Amino acid sequence: MRNYIIRRIIQLLPVLFGISVLIFAVMKMIPGDVISGILGIEATEELRHQLEVKYGLDRPYIIQYLDWIGGVLVGDFGESIRSGAPILPEIGQRMRVTAELAVLSAVISWIIAIPLGILAAVKRNTWVDRFVRVFALLGVSVPGFATCICVILALSLMFNYYSPLGFVFFVDDPMMNLEMIILPALINGFGISGSVMRMTRSSMLEVLRQDFIKTVRAKGANEKVAIFKHAFRNAMIPVVTLIGMQIGSLLGGGVIMEQIFSLPGLGQLAVTAINQRDYPVVQGCTLVIAFIFVIVNLITDLLYAFIDPRISYN
Amino acid sequence: MDHLLEIRNLSIDLPRGKKLPPIKLVEGIDLNINKKQNFGVVGESGCGKSITCNAIMGLLSYPLKVGKGSSIRFQNSNGMEQEIVGMAPQDLCKIRGNEISMIFQEPMTALDPMYTIEQQINEALSFHTNMTKAEMHDASLEMLKKVKIPRAEEILRDYPHHLSGGMLQRVMIAIALINNPRLLIADEPTTALDVTIQAQILDLMNELRESYDTSVIMITHDLGVIAETCEHVAVFYAGQVVEEASVVDIFHNTAHPYTEGLLRSINSLGNAKKELYTIKGMVPSAGNFSSGCRFADRCNRCMDKCKTECPPLVEIETGHKCRCWLHIDGAVEEA
Repeated sequence: MRNYIIRRIIQLLPVLFGISVLIFAVMKMIPGDVISGILGIEATEELRHQLEVKYGLDRPYIIQYLDWIGGVLVGDFGESIRSGAPILPEIGQRMRVTAELAVLSAVISWIIAIPLGILAAVKRNTWVDRFVRVFALLGVSVPGFATCICVILALSLMFNYYSPLGFVFFVDDPMMNLEMIILPALINGFGISGSVMRMTRSSMLEVLRQDFIKTVRAKGANEKVAIFKHAFRNAMIPVVTLIGMQIGSLLGGGVIMEQIFSLPGLGQLAVTAINQRDYPVVQGCTLVIAFIFVIVNLITDLLYAFIDPRISYN
Repeated sequence: MDHLLEIRNLSIDLPRGKKLPPIKLVEGIDLNINKKQNFGVVGESGCGKSITCNAIMGLLSYPLKVGKGSSIRFQNSNGMEQEIVGMAPQDLCKIRGNEISMIFQEPMTALDPMYTIEQQINEALSFHTNMTKAEMHDASLEMLKKVKIPRAEEILRDYPHHLSGGMLQRVMIAIALINNPRLLIADEPTTALDVTIQAQILDLMNELRESYDTSVIMITHDLGVIAETCEHVAVFYAGQVVEEASVVDIFHNTAHPYTEGLLRSINSLGNAKKELYTIKGMVPSAGNFSSGCRFADRCNRCMDKCKTECPPLVEIETGHKCRCWLHIDGAVEEA
C-alpha cells in the first residue's frame, strides 16, 4: 500500500509539470496583457517598457517560466501583479471558503441521493422510482445558475428573505457563516445529487440481479440485510468513483455559485485574475486546483481497496 | 400430510401490464416430495424447472409471480404444515436456509465477493440460531471439513475469488446444510463444473444427504445426473410436467414421446460413428403454447387429437404419470 501511494505521487509530478507548461503557454497566447490592463491602451511605449522590466516580462518566455516554476518548487508562488500580495496565502484563504462549500454540497448531495437511489432500485417501476428518476433528471439537467435565480427569487418574493451578502469565516461567526453558505450548498448539492442518484440506482439494480443476492435471501436474510449489507456494498464502487470526481471539481471552485452568492472562493479568484491577465495568480490557482484534483483521485483509488477485497495495491 | 412438500396446481405468471393477461410460464404443476426422497426434475433450458423451485423458496425474481390458485404446502420440523404461497416475508425468512435450502448453478457468482467464506457461513447460522461468534466459528469449521475442504481453517479466512468453482460449490453446500434443513433444492449444481469435479460434488451430496436425512430436489438437464442420484423423476416440458415416475420406469419403461426423445439423444461411446438423434423442431416459447399438446409439433407419433386437446396428466401405472393421449384409454381408438 505505501509503495503504491509513493508510486502514485511520483507519477503525479509529470502531470503537474504538463499542466504548468500548458497554463503558462495559454496565458501568453491569449490576447491582452497585464500591462495594458494597468496602464490602459494609450500608455507610452516607454512607460510600458518600465513596467515590463519591473515584472520581468521583458525576458524570454523560457526564462520567465523557469523563474516561476523554480519558485513554485520551493513553495513561493510569487506575488500578484495587480495587488502585490503574495499568492499562496491568498489561495489558502480562498480555499477555506471553497472547501467549506464543497464539503457541505457533497454531504448534502449524498444525504439526498444515496437513500433515494437505493429506494428507487428496490422499488423499481413503481411511482417511487418514477419520482426519483424525474427528480434526478431535474438535478442533472437544470443548470445551477437557473436554480439559483429561481431560489433567490422565490425566497425574496414569497418570504421576503435575502441571503446575507459578503462572507465571514466559520471560526469568526458560525451561525452567520452557515446562513451564508447553506443556500449555495443546498443548490449545489441538489445539482450534483442527480447523477449520484442515477448511478446509485443503476448500480444497485445491477447488483440486485446477481446470483449472490439470491444466495443471501436463500440463507434466510431479511430485505434489510440483503439490500444494505450485501447489495449496497457491492454497488458502491461506481458511486465512489463518481463522488470522487465531483469532490475534485467542487474543490476547484464553482465560479457561478461563488459569483452569485458573492463568496470569496478559489473560482472567483481565478476568474478575476484571468480578466486582469494577472499571470502568476492564474498559474498558481490552476496548479493548486489540478493538484487537488489528482490527490482526490488518488484517495478515491485507495478507498476502493477498503470497499472491495478483490482490489489490492500490494 | 404424508409428504414433506406438496405442490398443487402451481402456475407462475409473467405480468404484461394491466391490459394483457399474464403469460403463464409454468402451469398446473402437481408434485409430491417425500421425506428423505431424492427427487429429480429434468427438462431443457426454459422449461420452467428452475422457476418452479425458486417458487418453493418464495424467491421468484422480479417481475415473476405465483399465479392464482397455486398452493405449496410444506411440513416443517415441528410437524406443522405451512402454506408457502402468500406467506409473510418474515415467516419465509425463517424457512429459508433453515428448513429449505438451496444451492445454485454458478458457484463463482453465488457468493458475495465482499465477504470472507467464514462471514458468509456464519451469516446462515446467525439468522437461525443464537450462537456466539466462537461457536459459529467452530460450527463453520466442522461443516467445511464435512464437505471435504482441505485446509479448512485457512479457507475460512479466504474470499470467494481465492477459491475454485468446485471449492465454492462445496462452500455453498456447507452453507445450505449447516442448519440441517429438511429439504435441499439443488438447481443444476454441477452444470458449471468440469466433469471430474461434477462426480465429486454428486458423491458428496449423496453422502451428506444420507447423513443429514435431507430430501433433495435435483434440478438438471443431464439425465446422467438423474440416473446417478435420484429415486423419483419429473420430466418438464414447456412449463408442464409431462411424465413423472420412478427413475427405473423413466429409463426402462418410458411412456412419453418427449422423454423417449431425450433418452435417445444421449450420446454413448458405442455409437461414435452414428449421427446423434435429435428431437426435431424447437420448444415453443411461453405465451405461444397451442391449446393442444405442447409437444405435438415435435412428436413423431402425433395424432389429430393431440393438436386440439391438451392431454391431462394421468396415472398410467402405480406411481407412473404421463401426459399423453397414447396412454389414455380410448383416445387412440377414437383417433
